[in-house]
Amino acid sequence: MELPEDLKYTKEHEWVRVDGDVCEIGVTDFAQSELGDIVFVELPEVGATLTADETFGVAESVKTVSDLYSPVSGEVTGINDELMDSPELVNKSPYDDGWMIQVEMSDQSELGNLMSAGEYKKLIGKG
Amino acid sequence: MRFIPLTTEEKRKALGVIGAKSVDELFASVPDKFLLKEPLRLEAPLDEYSLLDHLTSIASQNSSVDLKSNYTGAGAYPHYTPSAVDQLLLRSELFTAYTPYQPEISQGTLLAIYEFQTYTSALLGMDMANASMYDGASALAEAVIMAQRIKGRKGVTVSDLTHPHWREVLGTYTSHLDIDIRTIRNWPDGKITSKSLEEGVTKDTAAVVASYPNFFGAVEDLQAVRDICDETGALMIVAVPEPVALGVLKPPGEFGADIVVGEGRSFGGALNYGGPGLGMFATRDKWARKMPGRLVGKTKDVNGEHGYVLTLATREQHIRRERATSNICSNQALCATAAAIHLSLLGKQGLRELAISNFSSASYLASSITSLDGFELAYDTPFFNETAITSPVAPVVMNRRLAQDGIQGGLDLSTYYPDMRETALFCGTEVHTKESIDNMVSILSEFER
Amino acid sequence: MKSQLQQGHSFIEKDIFSQGSPGRSGIDIPTGGIPSVDPLSILGQDSVRGALEGFPELTEPEVIRHYTRLSQWNYGVDTNLYPLGSCTMKHNPRVNEAVARFPGFANLSPFAPDSSAQGSLRVMSDLAKWLCEITGLDFATLQPAAGAHGEFTGLLMIRAALKQRGNARGKVLLPDSSHGTNPASATLCGYTTQTIKSGPDGKIDLEELGGAMDETVAALMLTNPNTLGIFESQIEEISRIVHEKGGFVYCDGANLNALMGKAKFGDMGVDVCHLNLHKSFSTPHGGGGPGAGPVCVTKELAPFLPTPVVTCNDGKYSLDSDRPQSIGRIHGFTGNFGVLLRAAAYILSMGANGLKEAAEAAVINANYIKARLEKEYHLPYREPCLHEVVLSDKLQNKYDVTTLDIAKGLIDRGFHPPTIYFPLIVKGAMLIEPTETESLETLDEFCEAMIDIAKTAEKDPASLKNAPVTSPRGRLDEATAARNPQLRCTLC
Repeated sequence: MELPEDLKYTKEHEWVRVDGDVCEIGVTDFAQSELGDIVFVELPEVGATLTADETFGVAESVKTVSDLYSPVSGEVTGINDELMDSPELVNKSPYDDGWMIQVEMSDQSELGNLMSAGEYKKLIGKG
Repeated sequence: MRFIPLTTEEKRKALGVIGAKSVDELFASVPDKFLLKEPLRLEAPLDEYSLLDHLTSIASQNSSVDLKSNYTGAGAYPHYTPSAVDQLLLRSELFTAYTPYQPEISQGTLLAIYEFQTYTSALLGMDMANASMYDGASALAEAVIMAQRIKGRKGVTVSDLTHPHWREVLGTYTSHLDIDIRTIRNWPDGKITSKSLEEGVTKDTAAVVASYPNFFGAVEDLQAVRDICDETGALMIVAVPEPVALGVLKPPGEFGADIVVGEGRSFGGALNYGGPGLGMFATRDKWARKMPGRLVGKTKDVNGEHGYVLTLATREQHIRRERATSNICSNQALCATAAAIHLSLLGKQGLRELAISNFSSASYLASSITSLDGFELAYDTPFFNETAITSPVAPVVMNRRLAQDGIQGGLDLSTYYPDMRETALFCGTEVHTKESIDNMVSILSEFER
Repeated sequence: MKSQLQQGHSFIEKDIFSQGSPGRSGIDIPTGGIPSVDPLSILGQDSVRGALEGFPELTEPEVIRHYTRLSQWNYGVDTNLYPLGSCTMKHNPRVNEAVARFPGFANLSPFAPDSSAQGSLRVMSDLAKWLCEITGLDFATLQPAAGAHGEFTGLLMIRAALKQRGNARGKVLLPDSSHGTNPASATLCGYTTQTIKSGPDGKIDLEELGGAMDETVAALMLTNPNTLGIFESQIEEISRIVHEKGGFVYCDGANLNALMGKAKFGDMGVDVCHLNLHKSFSTPHGGGGPGAGPVCVTKELAPFLPTPVVTCNDGKYSLDSDRPQSIGRIHGFTGNFGVLLRAAAYILSMGANGLKEAAEAAVINANYIKARLEKEYHLPYREPCLHEVVLSDKLQNKYDVTTLDIAKGLIDRGFHPPTIYFPLIVKGAMLIEPTETESLETLDEFCEAMIDIAKTAEKDPASLKNAPVTSPRGRLDEATAARNPQLRCTLC
């Protein structure tokens, strides 16, 4: 189970890659393996406003639906269009090609609520 | 009891394996006060012969059950279903199966439904269709709810030349939701007009519903509906009460319909006092994930062989629960199978010929009736297999007379449109013959002015 | 892909759209001696469609062969045991099929005046009366076309009754073991849902219920026996808690087969229930329908029944639509009459004792399977079940074998799998409902197949992972089907 040290994690199994006041968000390796083959990802439109801990989209496998929760508040500045045609990227490359949205954060202090790789590892019982 | 194999001796044996002294012990979780001490008050059980005898006698209390003596259509058309359809439906691997949750041993049901989806989408001119809804009426209600969800607008404008029962069901489905149904009623020619649409459709309209053919059998101007939808951004929903018409009529999809629903009973179904029906539901690819109902999709198995599965199931209640696109679970699968079989028998030429036979029958029927003094077409507008005809006397009087000869006449339109006091909706299909129509018309001649 | 030469008597069958030849037809269309009119001449070019491109051209023998072969790719109750939990796959008596095809019933127009429809109206009136007697409720509507349709109808009636009292309320309570249709129906009815956790015994936790039940709750929807096959023995207390706060008790009657002739919902405080005639009352499941989902209610809810209502005065039956408080029409006509008729024939065949015997035999059969499999499979709930039993894959997980593998292994052993991964509160659930129409020999064969699978899980788990290998198709790629939906045949 891959858990990059440079990312921050949520208890809802999203990861956040911070770059200045912008961050990228996706779901963890653990999340994709629990969901199984992802068949569809529903993402917000660019320009949408997000609130921390509220849903920003949905990931669907053949027989489950999982809400995606935004770890931070802000405005969506980019979405991974590739997932429309190739949702399996979330399975194959959860931290890179399978990224979901890019957000310009409105309150960076929210990052303080997130977990480190080590803390997340404990949460999922792999630590 | 002839359906229960367990003998008294076997019951004893089974209870021994279970480790229970009596059947009552197995029901111990039911509080004693609720366990019935008296048998249910039902009729004494009947052996099979007596049952047939009993129900034969009850069936004989129905009358006008000869198809060619029935001139009412109005969403439940008398049609002939070829013997092959019903014989195949009795293939018990098909009719005693349930929802194909285990695709490896359900390919028969799955491919039949996949073919039904193909027929439905091709016939209606749409990208895709689902595996069926309960009937045309509930399909329309679900279409409206889907449109409202897509558009996020409250208003839905419905032509009142849409089947009155379908509109009633739509009302029942939506009256408690955030949906305002606006009914447009302006039809000088028995068809909706651009003017009436303009008055009834606004920027807050999520969808416009028109029937094709409409309740009076007339071929609606779907281009006018498309135009108003383009102007306002509303979705165009077309309700098809008689899809046989699409053997000759340009399909709603060619006019740019967004959702098309229909009642498919005419293919492979019997009248059965109105049910089961067969709800058809078709839409555009882009809304596949918003639509209600089951879908069958094509894929491959582990050996690379083509196969079929239920798909996009995350829309449905067993997965999405309170956020499902609909609550529908069981649908009308066997009726959909019947439709696929009937349409396969008809094929490219047969469906065209069936439509022409209906069209010709209704034309002959209408011209024969209106040749009588005092009988006239209510509207001078092209129709498919039924049309409204005004008469010198109230339809209820005519129909009482026709019933004496075992004939069910046209539908009394005043039931639904109180102003139309002397107008009945007459239907002609492939089951009616020149002789049966001439006979009916000769009885009506007693009412000539 | 294999060719027919390698397939023997297992036929490769292409979809119907890739068969046939131009110029063939399977029906000679009747014209009734009426001269043909060219639609083009009357409707004009703008309204008439071109040829029905892509429709196949086939004769009757070809169509018969195609669908006969499709039937051979299918598995039905007539093939073997079909133990889908909460689906009651019992035998479908053939006399019911004969009756449903009587022209006197099949050809009756829904617009037939009441005087011409006395036979069909009587069947409906009798059936409604019998269903009320079986459930202990006062009135019934036969309009709903399926169970979920019945749930929606029942909830709409509750909503109407509450609205009349002054407040339709906003919420429906559901146990976490409920069918997915329950929450979906509540949403369609404009209610939000709140889930009540089941206790460790699989039953509704009264404290949870008491805490959740207040004046904002319109109804509690429960299934009894519940989807674990366990009777909610505190039903009286449950009803009291709900009624005390002015709510209604809705019972999903999917599992009525356990109680017919044994106990009545009405006696337990249930206000509304729907029945699945395609489950408890033997009408065929048809590959997924048509069913029928009549709803029975107490007197209090009767004014809200959907229109039209069948009434009987002095032996004359009629349809009554003049009911100002009705929720309105829920079906295009009066319901799935063809299905109602089969159920009526079933009740007439069974009688009171027959129904009771069916319930008892169904319960014996389920407990027999439970007893025979309790060593090899994990039993999440040990107390006696009613008509269905839930097992889990917990003991097989250590060999990396899951419920899905067990299900597919059953296919290779000649059986239809049970309901799997439901109810959701049991991880890796297998919900087994044998019904009363199975013989002990068949149950033994099924149990032996299950035991064989448990042994195989230990010794050769890979063979279960590859199962099924004896069915017309192997495991299908559902992920690709959902990623790139292909929802219709390619038209030539």
